[in-house]
Amino acid sequence: MIDMGEVLQTFIAESQELLQQMEQALLDIEQNPDDPDTLNAIFRAAHTIKGSAGLFGFDLIVAFTHVAESVLDRARSGELPIDGTLSALLLEAGDHLAGLIAQLDAGASLEALPPGIITRGEALIGRMGQYLEASPSEARGEPATSASATASEADTGRDEGHWHLSLRFGPDTLRNGMDPLAFFRYLNTFGRILQVEALTERLPSAAEMDPETCYLGFELAFVSDADKATIEGAFEFVREDSLVQVLSPAASPDALRAHLDALPEDPADAGERLLRCASVSRAELDAVLAPVTAMTEAPAVVAQTTLMKAPVDGPVPAAKLRGDNSLIRVDAGKLDQLINLIGELIIAGAGARMIAQNSGLGAMVEATEVLSRLVEEVRDSALTLRMVQIGGTFNRFQRVVRDVARELGKDISLQISGGDTELDKTVVEKIGDPLTHLVRNAMDHGIEPLEVRRAVGKPLQGRVSLNAYHEAGGIVIEVSDDGGGLDPQKILAKAMQRGLVTDGQTLAEKDILNLIFEPGFSTAETVSNLSGRGVGMDVVKRNITSLRGTVELDSTPGVGTCVRIRLPLTLAIIDGFLIGVGQASYVVPLDMVEECIELPPGHLDGRDYLELRGDVLPFIRLRQLFDEASTPPRRENVVVVRYAGTRAGLVVDQLLGEFQTVIKPLGKVFHQVSGLSGFTILGSGDVALILDIPGLLGHIPRTPNDLRQASPVATLT
Amino acid sequence: MPAEGIRSIRLEGAMTIYSAAEAKPSLLDQLNPPGQLALDLSAVDEIDCAGLQLLALAREEARRAGGELYLAECSEAVHEALALGGLASFFATEQEAGE
Repeated sequence: MIDMGEVLQTFIAESQELLQQMEQALLDIEQNPDDPDTLNAIFRAAHTIKGSAGLFGFDLIVAFTHVAESVLDRARSGELPIDGTLSALLLEAGDHLAGLIAQLDAGASLEALPPGIITRGEALIGRMGQYLEASPSEARGEPATSASATASEADTGRDEGHWHLSLRFGPDTLRNGMDPLAFFRYLNTFGRILQVEALTERLPSAAEMDPETCYLGFELAFVSDADKATIEGAFEFVREDSLVQVLSPAASPDALRAHLDALPEDPADAGERLLRCASVSRAELDAVLAPVTAMTEAPAVVAQTTLMKAPVDGPVPAAKLRGDNSLIRVDAGKLDQLINLIGELIIAGAGARMIAQNSGLGAMVEATEVLSRLVEEVRDSALTLRMVQIGGTFNRFQRVVRDVARELGKDISLQISGGDTELDKTVVEKIGDPLTHLVRNAMDHGIEPLEVRRAVGKPLQGRVSLNAYHEAGGIVIEVSDDGGGLDPQKILAKAMQRGLVTDGQTLAEKDILNLIFEPGFSTAETVSNLSGRGVGMDVVKRNITSLRGTVELDSTPGVGTCVRIRLPLTLAIIDGFLIGVGQASYVVPLDMVEECIELPPGHLDGRDYLELRGDVLPFIRLRQLFDEASTPPRRENVVVVRYAGTRAGLVVDQLLGEFQTVIKPLGKVFHQVSGLSGFTILGSGDVALILDIPGLLGHIPRTPNDLRQASPVATLT
Repeated sequence: MPAEGIRSIRLEGAMTIYSAAEAKPSLLDQLNPPGQLALDLSAVDEIDCAGLQLLALAREEARRAGGELYLAECSEAVHEALALGGLASFFATEQEAGE
């Protein structure tokens, strides 16, 4: 049986994409109000959503989109100029539609909408309706008058807007949840079906007939002022396995001939059907069919005609309508499963390799080496499958910037670069919120009010930029503005007041600026004192940290501020550094490891810091942390890790080297355990825990100066 | 009231793709013994192309067996679907049957 849920999901995903395109186009059109392509793109998006919604019987969406579409149609025909008010209204309409789709996505019914949404929809329809009033040509819904006239005058042939559709539905049409009747109902929303003739010739005998297979074909006379793409678009969902032939109004004899030839039936019979539908006149039909007899005697001519007519009116290739057909939509769950399996493969491979090495068989070792190299390549290409461009996320901010700028009464433009930089889908999904926060902050508190900008001689239009690029196995996302920048002195004063910094401390300017990411810095009071910078910045930082990323801030007073987010490319498989404590193994993400040193023996008992080349290095004894009861080895090692500007040592027994780490999440039981971010399985089948370095470093005194003042330091000689 | 010699076949509920698999054998069963058959679809509240196609099949079968299948009554839903699907004139009505 068909899975309606899956089809619905496709509808939801496509609608969301279309709404995003529509939003983008609406924003573009504010810049270039006269660009017909952009306007067409908006219209098409609305139209496609309406069409698909019709197939599912979402009448509410159809009705709403229809009004928006009518407004757009007037704009498209030049009757209605698109100004700021109208585009704002259409943006709101898009939001409303997105809201409805979100309801569907959440599994809610459109019949039981919250009253707020209904009222909003009605209000929007009312406001859009005002653009339709005083419009004599609101004829889309009512072409009936001209239609009946056409039908009664069969001999005069086709009037303006009389289309003929020949449809032969594929056998799986019904099974796939499509009902041809639904398509017809949809056609009636933007035109009128004059005449339908059903073809039942393909029905087999009762014994052979499969009641779920579609055997029907239809001939349709249809009156509409829509264009061909729109009409063909109605059958988008069945295009792949069905024959959809659309004959344009006033088509040339060649087009008619091509139309008839494309049908599986005898052209003469097909022609009779078109005649019965009043889509052609007898004379036209005879003119086209006459050469058939002649041609049977002269095959060369047939070939020539066939070649000539093919491009005239044949079915539009699917690729042309759908854009790039070389892309496939894949369920993210399937990709996750693949990545999981590859994770298992890496683990199994490590096991095989270990056994091979222990066996001492040279050929075996060689074979497993080749295997593990291949596995690594498979891993890399599988991980790239999850990569998506960040451009889509960036483009959403056009809208944010536009709306917030309007709200604030500032003139701000958004510059986007590096939109084609790719990163893991999960990361892209989760980076949206922090980015929104940063962009809003930059606009609200970064960009100065107009008067200030004028006074200091800056361009009146402020600029916020989003930029992304790859850097050393990770991705960097920059949110920058050309505003007033941050005042380090104010931040320092604030930090001292909050007790984040003590009087005697000397901090680099960069460290001072980055204090705004500290929890406790974001209070309501901060808003006024520091022109609001820092509101919720700790939340931004926490979000990014949970993606194993880091964030830092640069600012030059008077010139601007740049927040730089560094993120790992993927969350599933990392290069790790394996360490041993007692019998257990642990993994530290390799990119956080700075160096490894030997712990000076003896005289450090009871102290948790040492001096490393003149700096204080606090450290954590993993033996203590994990209650390792066994006797420590004679020599212990310190792994120096650095994260987000904090450096610390981890005291371990053994350094076991680099290790391909497949990150597996810890179960709920371990939810409360801090300091661990997951686990992985070693080649031997043993489990190794992955250390949560940001979490561990959180336990360490914030700045080295705290330590220095606290007690004398042991010296590493 | 069906005319003399005409047997009535009454169908109920939904005639859609979801029920088509069960509906087919039951409908074909009711065509036996062949003869003048009148379809009462006044209790069919939902019909799609799968349903229409079954009706068409039933008519073909009835004719093949030397009989005829007329459309006696139909609900609003059936009426709309027949019109939309271009099958409104496909079935002879009972009046025509009497002629």
